Amino acid sequence: MEESKEQLVFDFDKVEPHIVRESSDQFNVQMGNFDGPLDLLLFLIKREEANIFDIPIAKITDEYLRYIRMMKSFDFAVAADFLVMAATLIEIKSKMLLPPESGIEGEEEVEDPRQELVDRLLEYQQFKNAAEMLWSRATVEQAVFTRGEIDSDENNMEVAATIFDLFEKFQIIIERHKEEIKMEIKREEMTLAQMISGMKTRLFREKVLNLMEFFGEIKTRNELVLAFISVLEIVRTESVRLTQKKTFGDIILRVNTDTAN
Amino acid sequence: MTEKDPENEKARRSVSELVAVCEALIFVSDEPITVRELIKILQEDGETITAAIEHLKKEYDERESGLQLREIGGGWQIATRTEHHEEIRELLKTQPAAKLSLASLETLSVIAYKQPVTVPEIMDIRGVQSASSIKTLLDKRLIVSKGRKETVGRPMQYGTSKDFLIQFGLKDLSELPSVEDFEDLVQ
Repeated sequence: MEESKEQLVFDFDKVEPHIVRESSDQFNVQMGNFDGPLDLLLFLIKREEANIFDIPIAKITDEYLRYIRMMKSFDFAVAADFLVMAATLIEIKSKMLLPPESGIEGEEEVEDPRQELVDRLLEYQQFKNAAEMLWSRATVEQAVFTRGEIDSDENNMEVAATIFDLFEKFQIIIERHKEEIKMEIKREEMTLAQMISGMKTRLFREKVLNLMEFFGEIKTRNELVLAFISVLEIVRTESVRLTQKKTFGDIILRVNTDTAN
Repeated sequence: MTEKDPENEKARRSVSELVAVCEALIFVSDEPITVRELIKILQEDGETITAAIEHLKKEYDERESGLQLREIGGGWQIATRTEHHEEIRELLKTQPAAKLSLASLETLSVIAYKQPVTVPEIMDIRGVQSASSIKTLLDKRLIVSKGRKETVGRPMQYGTSKDFLIQFGLKDLSELPSVEDFEDLVQ
């Protein structure tokens, strides 16, 4: 209900109710509830009751541009994705205006300039429908209850630890060090590069690295910080995986062996 | 052979005993319990256990129990039937959790069908940046990283997790309807 109100602002006729948008993980509400240029195009084609295999490109392009101008006039930053599609549409439109090249090769049929767009729209439509299937599955699942806490990860080996779990662990270790270290003796400073290469060597030798243990072995706060940054760096650059067998359990860094392809 | 018989006799359960102990194990397991786990605990072969589970499932269905035995996320689970959700909600005083946005569900469906898939590949299909959706899905642990693709920039690849199967009531990925089936819906 609220959604159609949102739509009216954009002077568009009623849109059939989309999937709920309770979550806040998106900014496309400002885009008038279209999830992207393809979504908007599909909507326009449907509204014109046009055949997707024979899109009236001039009309749809005009409508599309009208929509983008509207977004601009409302001072919304028009996402680059929408502008790219506008350019594509205009290109197709101009190609359509040219008289079809009577193929020198003769037999080869000249490809419809709209073909690529149609293919993309059809593919997108598939996944949009799949998303709605997932949505209804989730709805059914919400009506099913299981005994006790279902999201206990007690026996799930493959739960990926998030960056926040990592921060939490790091916090614990820092705290522990606060108590331990009474006096710091000046020693040779270690660089980040040294730490990363040291950690990598060890990781690839042992394939598995318990981060709690690794952090535990480190003596100074400086090195601890370096070690933490190294973990982030290694996760970013190497094919490794952070796993945590259970909530609050130790976080293990392991080399990905099965997915290297 | 005859000497070992008494011992075997003791270890071997009757069908109804086996069905009962399976039911108990499935009930206490936090996550859907796999047949492999049952084999390990009960020391019976897979066929016997599968038969016991099927027997139990039939029992639940035949007496129109408020509970159902179902296969989900690669294991077995006892859960309530959908019909009773209103009464259950009243008792638990819970509201259905907020659903994922359409953007996130679209991203999730691309990942589910195309896995392992990279962010640029997802963007090609959706025609729009999907970074925030991916973050949401990772936070909810519906997707996990599946290593890097050995191509320019070594982009991270993503796939769905076991939690995905459980939350969407799927036995395994093969239970997802074929994506080609959705073509019919295009007018």
